[in-house]
Amino acid sequence: MVQERCSSPTGATRRLCLLGLALVALSCLLAACGGSSSRSITLYNGQHEQTTDALVARFEKLTGISVSVRSDDEDVLASQIEAEGSNSPADVIYTENSPALEYLQNKGLLAPVAPTALAHTPARYNSPQGDWVGVSARVSVLIYNTRLLKPSQLPTSVMQLADPEWRGKLAFAAGETDFQPIVTSVARTYGQAAALHWLDALKTNAGSHIYPDNETITDEVNRGQAAIGVINQYYWYRERAQVGAANMHSKIAYFAPRDPGYVIDVSGAGILKSSKHQADAQKFLAFVVSRQGQEIIAHSDSFEYPIASGVHTAQPETPFADLRPNPIGVAALGDGATAISLLQKAQLL
Amino acid sequence: MSTTALPELEPTKPVRAPAAGTPVPARRKAVPRALLAGGALVALVLLLPLAFLILEAVQDGWSTLHPLLLRSLTATLLWNTVSLTAVVTVLCAVIGTLTAWFIERTDLPGRKVWAVLVVVPVGIPDFVTSFGWKSIFPSLGGFWAAALVMTLAVYPLVYLPVAAVLRSADPAQEEVARSLGLGRVRTFCRVTLAQVRVAVLGGCVLVALVMLAEYGAFEILGFRTFTTEIYTEFLSGFDAPAACALSLVLVVLSIFVLTGEGLSRGRGRQSRAGGLAARVPRPHRLGRSRLPVLAGFLALAALALGVPVGAIVYWILHGGASTLPSVSILSAAGHTVFYSAAAGLLATLAAMPIAILSVRHPGRATGMLERSTYLVLALPGLVIALALTFFSERYAAGFLYQSTAMLIVAYAIMFFPLALVAVRASVAQAPPGLEEVARSLGRPRLEVLWRLTLPLVAPGLAAAFCLVFLEAVTELTATLVLIPTGAQTLATQFWAFQSNISYGQAAPYAGLMILIAAIPSYVLGRWFDRLPSRAQAAA
Repeated sequence: MVQERCSSPTGATRRLCLLGLALVALSCLLAACGGSSSRSITLYNGQHEQTTDALVARFEKLTGISVSVRSDDEDVLASQIEAEGSNSPADVIYTENSPALEYLQNKGLLAPVAPTALAHTPARYNSPQGDWVGVSARVSVLIYNTRLLKPSQLPTSVMQLADPEWRGKLAFAAGETDFQPIVTSVARTYGQAAALHWLDALKTNAGSHIYPDNETITDEVNRGQAAIGVINQYYWYRERAQVGAANMHSKIAYFAPRDPGYVIDVSGAGILKSSKHQADAQKFLAFVVSRQGQEIIAHSDSFEYPIASGVHTAQPETPFADLRPNPIGVAALGDGATAISLLQKAQLL
Repeated sequence: MSTTALPELEPTKPVRAPAAGTPVPARRKAVPRALLAGGALVALVLLLPLAFLILEAVQDGWSTLHPLLLRSLTATLLWNTVSLTAVVTVLCAVIGTLTAWFIERTDLPGRKVWAVLVVVPVGIPDFVTSFGWKSIFPSLGGFWAAALVMTLAVYPLVYLPVAAVLRSADPAQEEVARSLGLGRVRTFCRVTLAQVRVAVLGGCVLVALVMLAEYGAFEILGFRTFTTEIYTEFLSGFDAPAACALSLVLVVLSIFVLTGEGLSRGRGRQSRAGGLAARVPRPHRLGRSRLPVLAGFLALAALALGVPVGAIVYWILHGGASTLPSVSILSAAGHTVFYSAAAGLLATLAAMPIAILSVRHPGRATGMLERSTYLVLALPGLVIALALTFFSERYAAGFLYQSTAMLIVAYAIMFFPLALVAVRASVAQAPPGLEEVARSLGRPRLEVLWRLTLPLVAPGLAAAFCLVFLEAVTELTATLVLIPTGAQTLATQFWAFQSNISYGQAAPYAGLMILIAAIPSYVLGRWFDRLPSRAQAAA
């Protein structure tokens, strides 16, 4: 019996239990020892990692302040910060779109950004209250499959996508945060009733082509699964960088000037009121809107537009100054509550 | 229903003889206090997410929740969720039971290989399976696509408990039935199915609950259920009230599932004569049906394993460049293995008191206790993560928040029911008579547990560990919220690349996840395979 104990289930089970206890003890130990060293800040990153990684690497090199990056969807991060309250481990939040920052600002969770940092970015792309700073921008465009559609067939307004001719051809991402500014823009231009009517028609036209995100729209339109879609411009450039120009069967097109579908989305960053590293967090914000930080964005594979310190994109995109968007500001876009309510009424959310 | 017709080892009668005239108490034993306390503690931790949802709902009030719940979208989601869950559960019950029977009870060629191959799909993340199908058939989507992909991804949840029971169940019952002239099919229906009924039901509950909480696969296939909607609410508007309201509907649905299972489980009890020694059963000869059965197994393996693995290999070879920065796959793999193994052990340990209570001391209270712990499986990972965040921040000043320990606890909570089903099934198979004899011989309770009960339930413990490990390897949404800042797992990296349509970069992560999952699947298969002979040698 004794010799057999090791090979019998008895011995194995005991070892399993002991190993379990050891692992649990070890994990508690690891958790307890997980404290931070010297100067470091924690960045809650809702931006694409393509943009953030290069910025963080350069900032760490320049300042010696290490940055722990936690990446997730911007709204999950915003919900998380709200739940964490005064104990939030986050020092800085960096989002893809302004509504998440407006939401946190309205909840009183953000600290004012230093005026010197705010001054780098044109005031219309910053928080009107000064609690977050605009870092980069994107613009909403049409993407269409060049085998399925000719440029002459394209709509000039986002409102025309509600026409019956787009039934079964349209793709959009109702649940994507990038779509909300367009809904807000339409609602402010034509009123909520018209916006809801328009959303209903979009839902009918898209049918099964309601996708989770812009990446999927871009890929599906490029492959011809859908003929036309609404995205932010940089997804198309990224797809091209990934699959190669030879495999691109799609193009982007702009809406008519000042069309409600022609919207500039601002990506920005703010500092949490609860942060215990205010000075270092301010340094990070000052860096991302500085000439150096903006040059990184200008040359990065994220294909976003730099908007601060007079830097222009180095990528082969329509120059930012040549865009003719609907002049709706970040304040009017707000925290997206109107858009969400409309999307819920249309049973899209 | 089975136990009335078949011989069974009766438990030792209580020593105290009832006074004349008083009704005989139905095997009521005093519940050990330590066991009860342990079980209650585990149940309490497991009910935290539910408490969180109720607190949120109460805070928001009916006037906020009412317009979110009572609208046409809810009806659509309800229909999508319920019909898909029903179809997949039935398909899994059939496939899981049949594969287990063919592998454990027939002379199917290569049954040792099949025993591993049919389990491996449970280690392939559901979202990797759907990614595989979707990347090969881009227009795949909708109800039947979701049903197909999910069935192929989760049928092992039925196979595993059924195979475990068949492996250790007394083959004499089948042999007796056969020798009394019952045909093969009728023996299967009347004896074998009766033996595995509890295991099949347990597996079906797991499948149904996993279906309710599934996110990634449906997101990729574009099929809307309650859970995808809960995420969308969170992802597109920090709308906690809406997400919590929808989660409460999921809880109600899972209560229906559990009540249904409780009603149909009945009072049948399975244990065997002959103590610990499982006899190697004489396999049924398949004869002429060998080829079609083999073809069926091949088809199953091709669909459940071939498609996802093939897609991964294809994308590794043909993937394009990615604009996403690269990360260390080894560090991600290290985190994945460590978190999942720790969670597997924690969940298995925690499942013991509940399993013993529910089997050895059946009653309304222990039944409720056991069943309440299953609710958690139907809750999306995100809700569980937010619940832990809530309690940590609200009542403990952020204690352990985003620590390794909390992530492991979250995994253990999420996949606890998987551990419980496996442990419970094997506790139910161990004859209580032996323990009572040991106790009557004056052995202390702990020693009986350590030296007698543990070895008896060892295969169940191993199965429990492996199941939790396999599921934890693929966990995504709770991980994103609770993982220590800066750490990555294979699942989080896969998802980052997959969402960026960087399939070539995503594929190695999926491949490594499958490799890691294949090890416990293999161990699981081998363990069951060697158990009887080993037990015989020890006896």
